[in-house]
Amino acid sequence: MRELKNDPFLDFFRVDERFPHILCPGCGIGTTMATMVRVFLDLGIKQDELCVVSGIGCSSRVTGYLDCDTFHTLHGRALPAATGIKLARPDMKVVVIGGDGDIMAIGGNHFIHSARRNLDLTVIVVNNFTYGMTGGQYSPTTPTQERAATAPFGNVERSFNVCFIARAAGAMFVARSTTFHVAHLKKMIQLALQKNGFSVVEVISQCPTFYGRYQGLGDAVKMLEWLKTRSVDVEKVANPWSVKDRFVIGVLHDQEEVPPYSQLYQELRNRAKEK
Amino acid sequence: MGNVQRKRIAAQTGNEAMAYAMKQINPDVVAAYPITPATEIMERIAHRFRELPGRVFIQMEDEIGSICCMNGATAAGLKAMTATSGPGFSLMQEGIGYSVMAELPCIIVNVMRGGPATGTPTRTSQADVMQARYGTHGDHPIVAVCPWSVRECFDLTVTAVNISERLRLPVIILMDEIVGHMREVVELPEKVNVWHPDKPKPPRENYYHYDDQNNYDACIASFGEGYRIHLTGLTHRKDGFPTDEPEIIKWNLDRLRRKIEDNRSWLWDMDYLDLGSETVIVSYGTAGRSAMAAKAQFEAQTGRRVGIVRLRMVWPFPVQRLMALLRSARRVIVPEMNQGQLYREVERTVSLNVSVVSVQRYDGEMLTPEEIIDAL
Repeated sequence: MRELKNDPFLDFFRVDERFPHILCPGCGIGTTMATMVRVFLDLGIKQDELCVVSGIGCSSRVTGYLDCDTFHTLHGRALPAATGIKLARPDMKVVVIGGDGDIMAIGGNHFIHSARRNLDLTVIVVNNFTYGMTGGQYSPTTPTQERAATAPFGNVERSFNVCFIARAAGAMFVARSTTFHVAHLKKMIQLALQKNGFSVVEVISQCPTFYGRYQGLGDAVKMLEWLKTRSVDVEKVANPWSVKDRFVIGVLHDQEEVPPYSQLYQELRNRAKEK
Repeated sequence: MGNVQRKRIAAQTGNEAMAYAMKQINPDVVAAYPITPATEIMERIAHRFRELPGRVFIQMEDEIGSICCMNGATAAGLKAMTATSGPGFSLMQEGIGYSVMAELPCIIVNVMRGGPATGTPTRTSQADVMQARYGTHGDHPIVAVCPWSVRECFDLTVTAVNISERLRLPVIILMDEIVGHMREVVELPEKVNVWHPDKPKPPRENYYHYDDQNNYDACIASFGEGYRIHLTGLTHRKDGFPTDEPEIIKWNLDRLRRKIEDNRSWLWDMDYLDLGSETVIVSYGTAGRSAMAAKAQFEAQTGRRVGIVRLRMVWPFPVQRLMALLRSARRVIVPEMNQGQLYREVERTVSLNVSVVSVQRYDGEMLTPEEIIDAL
């Protein structure tokens, strides 16, 4: 069906059947997807042993372009679906990718409970501060007072800090990067995938089509410059959790591993058998 | 289906018999969330599962989580089940639609209680019949079975699993609180027959997940088998990838419809008695018990025979079969513990010169035989 292109990177995508993709010109999701695939290749994760799970939204469309087992589930429900896969196949590498609306709003409850359960999987939250697929409405990460399609006079709500919630809910590894800092982003995804347990990478990404336009941030290049100047390395701040108006990038939380859910379940089963 | 071998005699509730059936069937994953009056099912399963190799019971954060977790487990090749009641069943609707669209079999037990909203958790009802059929959006096929006894809770669970696996559809077991909590002395088989595909999987090179030959009774690839499948809730082509081309949308929905249309003759499942009678009672679930008592009392009092049709499967509604069975009836009584949900289905099935009477009770109590006799 698919001919090998002798390029492991291209071979990781469904190039013949699915491209061109539906993402807008200048979108940061393609950068995230390509970086993620480079990490898969670097870590030697085989296409046949990997399942990428997503919900609904721009970033969730990534699953349709990858040549591995891919699961495009309901809006917000990537994590419970990934839970099911992980229960069935604890040996499989499971990666969840989704946007700020998908994972933090409609899927927020699943996010905190998956972290609490410590499922052995990696969640990549592509945070572009807006609902792109539906046309630029405000999301749980849109900063207060900023404008959106549903906040023409400014957003009155407070916003979520994705990494803070992930850490509070019990994630083993939490990191943040941006689509400007591609090498850094790659390192963060790599560390997350190597962690045994629930790991989260928040990728601050540009949406020039909606978020950028509503905030007057300019085109994709200007937005990438904005990501560059707004970001600060975690090593350079005293308390990464108290920084406002800057994106603190780097490893924000990396705790000593505790056995993940599937391992604990196996141990419990062995104990129950002895009784 | 459900071939009886050795038997086990015990006084059990419907919920317990169902949990026992689930243990026999060996579902691999049960994902559920506590809710009255269905909680005993998950409690029993949790107790038994934790010692069984390869099987997982997980208590999810809500019923949406339960159904989506089941969809994930099924996509990875396992058999999955859940048990819930009205409010949880409402939350599951979108996920049930996903199971239909992506063709992921699973079993959803709905122990019906009073509604709408929180309603009356501790009382009985049959008011989710229409929700089982039309609860999730879009045109879709659905299968729902309706046990009336503890033994049938066991048998229909086995039937439901086999239908679900063969058609690759979610199957809903509509119990009511009375069947769930009623205790009867029953003989339960210790072994059951579960359907397995007899065809081999096509090799990966020419494998299409939604090939026309794969619609039912097929061997399907799962995650982790190297087939690199893509599952989506979007309207999709035979390779699983989304499209919005009108002819493929139609093909996709026709494919789902054919799951029922091609198989309904063996799907339909009902009991009937004395069908030559002028009056016939059409019932299902607990209301069927009231109908049987009403028949006995009425015949003893008047000497006139009353016919009975009791549906074990309410969806797909057995239109053609019922038409034939009710050919000589002049009056059809439909007793239900709701405001007449299946009554309209019966009314549009029988011919115009037959009068169809709806006997309704929706105060959380069981229908009495007298209420049905009044309508005879």
